[in-house]
Amino acid sequence: MSLETRKKAKWKMIINLILLVIVVIWTLPTMGLLISSVRPQSEVLSTGWWTVFSEGTDFTADNYRQVLGGREYTFVDSEGRTVRASGDNMSQAFLNSLTVTIPSVVIPILIAAAAAFAFAWLVFPGRKVFFTLVIALLVVPLQIALIPILRDYMALGLTGTYLAIWLAHTGFGLPLATYLLYNYISTIPRDIFESAFLDGAKQMTVFTRLVMPLSVPAIASLAIFQFLWVWNDLLVALVFLGGTADVAVLTQRLANMVGSRGQDWHLLTAGAFITMVIPLTVFFGLQRYFVRGLMAGSVKG
Amino acid sequence: MEEVSKSKEPGSVFQDSLVSIGRILVSVSIPLIAFLVLWGGFLFLRDSRAHQGVIAVVAILWGVGGVALLFFMADWFVNRFPMQIAKKLQPFVFVGPALVVLGWYLFLPTVRSLYLSFFDAMSREFVGLDNYIFAFTDPKMLESFRNNLLWIVLGTGGAVGFGLLVALLTDRSRFEKLFKSLVFLPMAISFVGAGVIWRFVYAFRPAGEAQIGLLNAVVSFFGADPQAWFTLRPWNNIFLIIILVWLQTGYAMVIISASLKGIPSSIIEAGRIDGASETRIIRSIIIPHIYGTLVTVATTIVIISLKIFDIVFTMTNGNFGTEVIASMQYKQMFRFYHYGRGSAIAMILVIAVIPVMWYNLRQFKKREVF
Repeated sequence: MSLETRKKAKWKMIINLILLVIVVIWTLPTMGLLISSVRPQSEVLSTGWWTVFSEGTDFTADNYRQVLGGREYTFVDSEGRTVRASGDNMSQAFLNSLTVTIPSVVIPILIAAAAAFAFAWLVFPGRKVFFTLVIALLVVPLQIALIPILRDYMALGLTGTYLAIWLAHTGFGLPLATYLLYNYISTIPRDIFESAFLDGAKQMTVFTRLVMPLSVPAIASLAIFQFLWVWNDLLVALVFLGGTADVAVLTQRLANMVGSRGQDWHLLTAGAFITMVIPLTVFFGLQRYFVRGLMAGSVKG
Repeated sequence: MEEVSKSKEPGSVFQDSLVSIGRILVSVSIPLIAFLVLWGGFLFLRDSRAHQGVIAVVAILWGVGGVALLFFMADWFVNRFPMQIAKKLQPFVFVGPALVVLGWYLFLPTVRSLYLSFFDAMSREFVGLDNYIFAFTDPKMLESFRNNLLWIVLGTGGAVGFGLLVALLTDRSRFEKLFKSLVFLPMAISFVGAGVIWRFVYAFRPAGEAQIGLLNAVVSFFGADPQAWFTLRPWNNIFLIIILVWLQTGYAMVIISASLKGIPSSIIEAGRIDGASETRIIRSIIIPHIYGTLVTVATTIVIISLKIFDIVFTMTNGNFGTEVIASMQYKQMFRFYHYGRGSAIAMILVIAVIPVMWYNLRQFKKREVF
């Protein structure tokens, strides 16, 4: 008996040890980034970030100030000199990312919820055909649309506008959003609708007062998924927002920094962390919805 | 009776027509006002030099409010019609916007890309299959096919393998939640952000200098020469693929873990009582039980690997033999402005993705999502 339990305890320890090794490997890269982003430039470029554990460091916010700042930025370096440097204006990119992301999450969900409601509960000619079409479009990767839509945008003068990228994200997000919300909305008990219609409620009222509130859990998961997708997207932003600095989103700005400041690790690490702040907050704050949203969204084209 | 005769009085007819004129006026003016508001917002956003924050707020309100407004406008408009017609039109208020957007952004582009792929760079002259011949003979394209295959095999294998390992181990650990959270965390990070994180891990300084990149520091510690990992053909592809594995293992782990919890403990207990070893239980009971899940996870990551773009674009931009299909398409579009070749490559990608996606979707249907 005691031999058995001791053997079991030994196994538990080995398992936890292996897991610890894996988790450490998984965490170290992010940790290195976070630590480097708050170390002074001179230290980041001369010693490894792990030396802070043995030698300590003077933590600084200078790197963040520089990447968040605008065109010209001055700071006092370690020897007391005033240095002028060009900032990376990530604060603007942050605002741009928000401006791109919020409507790109709300609009497709609104449109998809309406369509899902119609597909699930309203009778109209072509319902089956249209629904099959939506499902079929789930399998089409968005790369197929880049060139045709870009040509439309150039003809309409839409390239580089927020509207252009909202609509693009709406189009690319719609099949999945409609499909998932359909799955959810179609399970709402029929009686609820029948009594509402008997009371003389209009369809729009049923949709806004009944369907939307009842679908909140599904909408929350979907919103988190779509948010992450848009926030972390690079390709759609590159193609439809173009390269101009005043609309560039965080991922674009960070990718540019990698190109132009490939060795300025103190800035790259700070810049990368800025792009991660909101997704990580969502991750820690809403972990349950976060996981569900990602599971649900895993088939996005 | 009285009322009928009343309505025939001239004054009442006048009133009726006034009402209908009013109705028409309202019907016209409300959409017009809505349109003007939206157009004004558009002009403001396009031309304004206001503070960035103001523009952001206006843009968000305009975009989100605009769509809501359009829905209510359409609904209001449809309800101006007589009851019978309104009822028939109503469903299209709900489903119409989705169909229009999907038609414009996905359905027509598929047809148009196919069409464009048979034309030259400027889409003027018909060139037959030339673009496809280019796609299957150009050395860079062949390199990208080879690399995508590597991404599929190693990326998927790595993520599913580690995901399974972590899921199996955490199932037997007291610290399950903590370990799983930490492995899942990279899922929140963008491919570009992950690219920077790993660029830093791979950072290279010539031998003799202090290494600031973790990998080269470890390599130097064991006495080997530090390497510039990104120029090391063909291994550099693997260093890029590691980033994908790091990102996607959490996803694989969560799904596999959920599936493991679904195995009735009585079956496993029965196996233990029969004296089966732990590896035997995993091989003969657990793996067959979660096989469907493993396939679903694998196909999902295969699709991600096929479409991989951001990592390659930010890390090497396809140099040093790391080109992939999506980065080749991007280059044809924006560096060479060859829409014919770009479209042909997009078509190839679609044809590669569709069967996997189709299969994945069929599995997805069987799973309860919400």
